Amino acid sequence: MNIPKNILYTKEHEWARIEGKVAFVGITDYAQHSLGDITFVELPKVGEILKQSAYCATVESVKAASDVYAPLSGKVVAVNTQLATHPELINQSAYEAGYFYSVEFLNQAEQSNLMDAASYQKYVEGISK
Amino acid sequence: MPIQYQGILAEHAHTREAVSVFDICHMGEFMLQADPLASGFDRIITQNIVSMPLGACRYGFLLNEQAGIMDDLIVYRIDQTLWMIVVNAATTPGDLAHFKAHLSADCSLEDVSGKMAKLDVQGPQSLDVLKTIFGEGVGKLSYYTFSEFKIFEHQSCIISRTGYTGELGYEIYIANDYVARLWEILLKDARVKPAGLGARDTLRLEMSYPLYGHDLDENHSPLAAGAAKFVDFSKDFIGRQALLREKQNGPGEHLIYFQADSRRSPRNGFSILDNGRQVGRVTSGSFSPSLGVGIGMGYVAGNYDLDAQLVVKQDVTEIPVKVVRRPFLKKTSLMAEVNKQ
Repeated sequence: MNIPKNILYTKEHEWARIEGKVAFVGITDYAQHSLGDITFVELPKVGEILKQSAYCATVESVKAASDVYAPLSGKVVAVNTQLATHPELINQSAYEAGYFYSVEFLNQAEQSNLMDAASYQKYVEGISK
Repeated sequence: MPIQYQGILAEHAHTREAVSVFDICHMGEFMLQADPLASGFDRIITQNIVSMPLGACRYGFLLNEQAGIMDDLIVYRIDQTLWMIVVNAATTPGDLAHFKAHLSADCSLEDVSGKMAKLDVQGPQSLDVLKTIFGEGVGKLSYYTFSEFKIFEHQSCIISRTGYTGELGYEIYIANDYVARLWEILLKDARVKPAGLGARDTLRLEMSYPLYGHDLDENHSPLAAGAAKFVDFSKDFIGRQALLREKQNGPGEHLIYFQADSRRSPRNGFSILDNGRQVGRVTSGSFSPSLGVGIGMGYVAGNYDLDAQLVVKQDVTEIPVKVVRRPFLKKTSLMAEVNKQ
C-alpha cells in the first residue's frame, strides 16, 4: 500500500497535499484499490466552496459508486479535467496524475483533523485485519 | 469464483481480444434419464425438447403456472433418453423440486452439481487453445452443440460451444477431481488468463444476455423479457395458458435496453423515469468497457421506441439514457462465427 509521507489523510480515504495556501486533493491508493477500475468521476466546479467532511465528488468503478468528502474547507481553484476522459489515472497514479482538484483552504486549523502518514498507515492496517 | 483477478477492465478486454478462463463451478447440473414425452420432461421446458438432435444444446425456461420464469437453463441431449440440464446455482434446489414434482416416477433424475465442475473458455482464441488440449475435434463443434472429449488419458468431459460473453467460446464440464489440473493446463498457455465474476457480468451485459434474479424472475414472463423465441407455443408446457393470455393482452411490463450519454453507470435498483414520472426499474447496469459509456436494462410499463429519452435515477444521481436496440455490442467473434453458419 502506497502511503506517501508528505501528505494528510482522512478516515474516508481522501488525501490532501498542502502547497502554500493551496491543497491538492484526491483519494488514496487504498481507496482506488478497494474500488477497482474507476470509470467515472464527478468533480466539484471551479469556484465552488467546499466544507470539510462534506460531499465534494463522486467516483464510480465497475463495481460500485461512492461519495468523496472534502478533506479541507475552501474554494476550488482548479479541477483535474483529464479525469473526465481518463478516470483510470486515479488507479494508475492516485497521488499525482489522478488528483481530483485543488482548493484554496480557508482554515489552517482544520489540518489538525487529518491524519499524517504514520497514523493513516495504522488506521488502514486496522481496517484490513 | 472471485470477482476479479487482475482487474475487471483488463479481464474484459482480454476476453474480447484473446481468451479467458472462468471458474463457473457454482452452476447446477442435473442428469436425467427419461423419454422426453412419456416422462413429462418436454412439458417442463418452454422449448421443444423432443425435436433436439443428439449432441445439441437448447436454451429455454422453466415457468410456473402463471408463466413467471423460475429459471433459465440449457438442455443437453446426450442420448435418446439421456439429458444434462444446466441451471443457475441459487435456483438449483427449487428447480430440482419442480422437476421431481412434474416428472413421471419411472425416470431417474440426479443432481450432480456437487460432483461436476465447469470451466468456461471464452474469446476469439478459445478454439486454438482448446485444440492444443483436446485435439482438432473441438473445431467440429458448431454453435450450441457439444461432444464428449477425453483428457488425462481416460477422463471424459463434455465440451459445448456455448457461453455468456458474446465471444467464440466453450463450456467444459468435468468431474471435480480433475478440474484443478485442467485449470492449470489452461493457464499454462500464455494466451489464457483467468477472469472473474465482474468481467463475466460486463461481458454478458454488453451482449444484453439476461441474468437470472436480475433481468429474469418469477414476476416476469419470457414475453416480458423479450425472449419469446425460446418458447415453442406449438407444444404443451407448464405456464402455456397464462402465457397465451399474456400474448393476447400484451405483458404489463417489458425489458428495455438503454445507453447513457456519459460514462456513468446505471445500476440494479435505479428508477427509470419518463419526464420525471417513474415508469420502471433498472435490473442490470454497468459501465460498458467496449463502448465507453454506461449501459443497462430494466422493466418498464408502456412502450418506448428506439432513441426515446429517459432518465435513470437513485437519490441525487440522475443519468440521462436513450433506448437502444440489443445487443449493445454488435461485432464480436461470436457474431462473426454465427453469421458465417
